[in-house]
Amino acid sequence: MANAKRYLEVAFWLCTLLPFVLTPSYLSLASQIAITALFALSLDLILGYAGIVSLGHAAFFGVGAYAAGLIAKHYWTEPLSGLLIAGILAGLLGYALSHIVVRFRHLALIMLTMGFGLLLHEAFNSASAITGGADGLQGFRVPGVLGFKFDMFGKTAYAYALGLLFVCFLITRRIIHSPFGLALRGIRENATRMPAIGAPSLSHLRKAYTIAAVVAGLAGAALTHTTSTVSLEVLSFGRSADVLVILILGGAGRLYGGIIGAVIYMVARDQFSGINPQYWYFWIGLLLVAVVMFLPNGILGGLSALYKKRQ
Amino acid sequence: MLSTRNVNKKFGSLVVADGISLSLPKGVRYALIGPNGAGKTTLINLITGMVTPDSGEILLGEENITSLNPFQRVRRGLARTFQINTLFPHLTALESVTLAVLEREGHAHNWWRALSSFSAATDEAANILKSLHLEKSLEKETRELAYGQQRLLEIALALATRPRVLLLDEPAAGVPKGESAELFTAVEGLSTELTVLFIEHDMDVVFRFATRILVMVGGRILVEGTPQEIARDERVREVYLGAGHAA
Amino acid sequence: MLWSAVGVLFDGFAYGMLLFLLSVGLSVTLGMMNFVNLAHCTFAAVGGYCTVTVVNRLGWPFLAALPLAFVAGAAASVLLERLLFRRLYRATDLDQCLVTIGVAFMSIAAFAWFYSTEPQSARPPDYLLGSFELMGRNFGVYRIFLAVTGLVITGLLVYSLEQTRFGARIRAAVDNQRMARGLGIDVDRAFLYTFGLGGGLAGLGGALSIEVIGLESTLPLSVILVYVLIVVAVGGLGSIRGSLVAAIVLGITDTAGKYYFPWLGAFLIYLVMVALLMWRPLGLFGKR
Repeated sequence: MANAKRYLEVAFWLCTLLPFVLTPSYLSLASQIAITALFALSLDLILGYAGIVSLGHAAFFGVGAYAAGLIAKHYWTEPLSGLLIAGILAGLLGYALSHIVVRFRHLALIMLTMGFGLLLHEAFNSASAITGGADGLQGFRVPGVLGFKFDMFGKTAYAYALGLLFVCFLITRRIIHSPFGLALRGIRENATRMPAIGAPSLSHLRKAYTIAAVVAGLAGAALTHTTSTVSLEVLSFGRSADVLVILILGGAGRLYGGIIGAVIYMVARDQFSGINPQYWYFWIGLLLVAVVMFLPNGILGGLSALYKKRQ
Repeated sequence: MLSTRNVNKKFGSLVVADGISLSLPKGVRYALIGPNGAGKTTLINLITGMVTPDSGEILLGEENITSLNPFQRVRRGLARTFQINTLFPHLTALESVTLAVLEREGHAHNWWRALSSFSAATDEAANILKSLHLEKSLEKETRELAYGQQRLLEIALALATRPRVLLLDEPAAGVPKGESAELFTAVEGLSTELTVLFIEHDMDVVFRFATRILVMVGGRILVEGTPQEIARDERVREVYLGAGHAA
Repeated sequence: MLWSAVGVLFDGFAYGMLLFLLSVGLSVTLGMMNFVNLAHCTFAAVGGYCTVTVVNRLGWPFLAALPLAFVAGAAASVLLERLLFRRLYRATDLDQCLVTIGVAFMSIAAFAWFYSTEPQSARPPDYLLGSFELMGRNFGVYRIFLAVTGLVITGLLVYSLEQTRFGARIRAAVDNQRMARGLGIDVDRAFLYTFGLGGGLAGLGGALSIEVIGLESTLPLSVILVYVLIVVAVGGLGSIRGSLVAAIVLGITDTAGKYYFPWLGAFLIYLVMVALLMWRPLGLFGKR
């Protein structure tokens, strides 16, 4: 059983290399998917494992994107160092906000996270002298990474995004299987019991929130580097809502849920938007209702339950 | 070991704790009895810090813990169980207890080492579970355990924090009479260094396992004494035991 | 300078009454059943589109369309409640959010399908339009109409809640559901009626809002929803008084912000909301 899982995992990651060969014209979409998957992975850490419902996670994605953009525009265009700084900045914001966020639950938590996201969106919109406002940040180009060029074929971009996703995935998996990961699951399973076994729950939650902010920031920065542009949309409520839907679709708390969800959502959206944008809204709405009502653990949860039934 | 000085608490006009002063020496098995609504669980909540008293102090050993957070009190050696199972449904019994051990040792913040490398913690958790006869349930998810086993897991979690004082809130609640004696034998087998206070309604169990009894009525401690003293006490009989109870 | 402040206050008050109509239903149902309904603005859109249809295509007078908007909103909410929402009362906050967002998505698609994505309008009668001058300032007639309608409805709501048996049952169910059931109150039915009432008010609000903020297929998940949520969260779940105060404060703050600090955009609103929630997470008048 454990071996079968191993094989599946290896097979999965090998499949991520297929776009290079099979669908080279879709490599830019593949990059977008990889970046979105990374963003969803970061949300999984706080939602799927620690149980924090956030409707404003795009705040960190956006801060990372703008940080990378501003560095590339005004200082230097080397992406890896930009990535590092963007991650740190997003992490600092996450750390600051975490002190507030972890003290709330239910509607207040949802509204606060949404509120912070909206505040940042407005702030970046207003500070148009620095951020370009509603037009976004333009006028810079990130030529490439480690000697490979970001060109219109998108090979380097996809390799960059995929590489980042893989590294962050490994780190997240390490976290999940560590004592800290167990503590997070404990908080999710029963927040009341945790202090009764001597656990400093708020401290754990702040740490998880900060790590998630860093990873989200990295994803945002990668988007900037691969597209050489930053649009205000990276901070939008729509992006926060999208990533939540993606994670739930794939299955929260299952490590791969965000990735699976991202693949399905973005491929479907790409196909549907071509035909008729209204179709998209309808079917994603229906899918969302169906998943929550009938597949409460997302697609991965459904598959896992099916597998257990077969045994 | 554990003492309170004049602890008071009101919810609106309802007095749930009225000048509670008690002192539990080390190693003694105390039973806390009283009619429903007397404020027994509230007292445990006050002592553990889940509820803040309006006035009064709580001391653990020599230390005044009144201003400490609940988890800080646990770290100082004060543990409790819940009347209604408050467990981790999807964690296995072993994972649950291991988590408690890791928190105690301060390892729970560690996010870069694999859980499997903390074998000392896992072994200790397994031993605690074995001492409560749960060795067959180590790998079962909590929600799959029988109710009686879950009550034992409640105790295991508290024990994993290596407490000096253990507060058990109706540990045998909902457990059939035959099994509850078993549960209490396990409690009895605990170290004599441990101070135990348990809330209980079953008088047979109380008289069998408690060395001293506290009677609580309407938020006040009515009387304290040995089981024999309590059984003979007129006030207790009137309020709680009923006229026909044999001494 | 002072007089322009009065103008801002007035406009803001009228906007606030509109927000109140749109939000009060959500506040009561959230307070009663803890059901997070992010599809609430779908009912507003139903009312709005209904009005557009009967006014533009059937030639109804605007005022006659308003009760119909109420009925449409009520019907839509009752339908959704019976079909779908009642299965989710015990679900987690997150699940409720997701399902209701899904419903909102579907409604957006439906509106766009039937009415296109173009902004719609429904012209009120001439005597409700225009403005009159009072001491050098223009006061919009429609806004007066909004304010008056809002106050009348508020009065009716408060009267029925405080003075009727039905209202007493509602208040009991909001206060303590278990106890209310224990007293023999049919909480499910009370909830259904309240849900319908809330949806109806939202529909009415949607119809009234066409003239002020326009009507587009994306209304169900627009900034209006954000404002409605702010009113409910800041006002306090289950509190009509709270919704009223929060809606008026929000309406005035938004109008004043746009008038005096246009470069800030909605920043001020969100800042005030975050600050208020941090101070009072259960809302200004919240119970739970």
